[in-house]
Amino acid sequence: MLTMSIERLNIREPDDVVRVRQAVRARATEVGLGLVDQTKIVTAASELARNTLDYGGGGQVAVEILNTGGRKGVRLTFEDQGPGIADVEQALLDGYTTGGGLGLGLSGAKRLSNEFEIHSEPGKGTRVMIARWK
Amino acid sequence: MDRIPILKLGSALLVTIQVELHDSLASALQDDLANSIVAHGAKGVLIDISGLDLVDSFMGRTLGMIASVSRVLDADTVVVGMRPAVAITLVELGLSLTGVKTALNIERGMALIRPADDTVSADADDEH
Repeated sequence: MLTMSIERLNIREPDDVVRVRQAVRARATEVGLGLVDQTKIVTAASELARNTLDYGGGGQVAVEILNTGGRKGVRLTFEDQGPGIADVEQALLDGYTTGGGLGLGLSGAKRLSNEFEIHSEPGKGTRVMIARWK
Repeated sequence: MDRIPILKLGSALLVTIQVELHDSLASALQDDLANSIVAHGAKGVLIDISGLDLVDSFMGRTLGMIASVSRVLDADTVVVGMRPAVAITLVELGLSLTGVKTALNIERGMALIRPADDTVSADADDEH
């Protein structure tokens, strides 16, 4: 798997969520994802970026264009040094929220993506990776 | 701070969301709509989202809250103009938008809102 390009964005304030969406939209277009697939990954990115901001105390995202055997994709890795998630299984349940949201961010991002990985431990921050392939 | 304009359209109020709704803008919109529903005796709120290329759970929550507050104030909420890609993504995301009606366009949206003069009239049934 080859990383064709990688772009890192800070997520420190609400406007950054917009910037992340725009960057993901641009990369998804470059890769040639159809409109629905683009919308899915940008929406997933919006959910995860908001999580990074609201729960992670801010962080960053790495936006990569991948190419494996001619098949292109977009991979996003959100990382924060926030409190971390004690029970990841619970966090992945629809409707579970610790912040008054709808509790769809993590589970939704997982449903909207071809690949999803999460690593989180209390006191060690959180890292969420999603990927969408053409 | 910029606020989203609310237009009066017959017995309904029309709001067009085209910009990113951050927390304070969403709050201001909810407040302004509640005040306008009461001030104009509006029977419905039409929210035009035809300009949105995505609806995430934050927007979904905002729409749901607007619908709930409107309901309490005896008004219907209709979201109009949802793009196909947004609809597909929204369903997969798991957003149910309960309490929120949807319509393809403003005209159809207006038809979903009860008319302003929809009151029980004893005189109409009386026969003299």
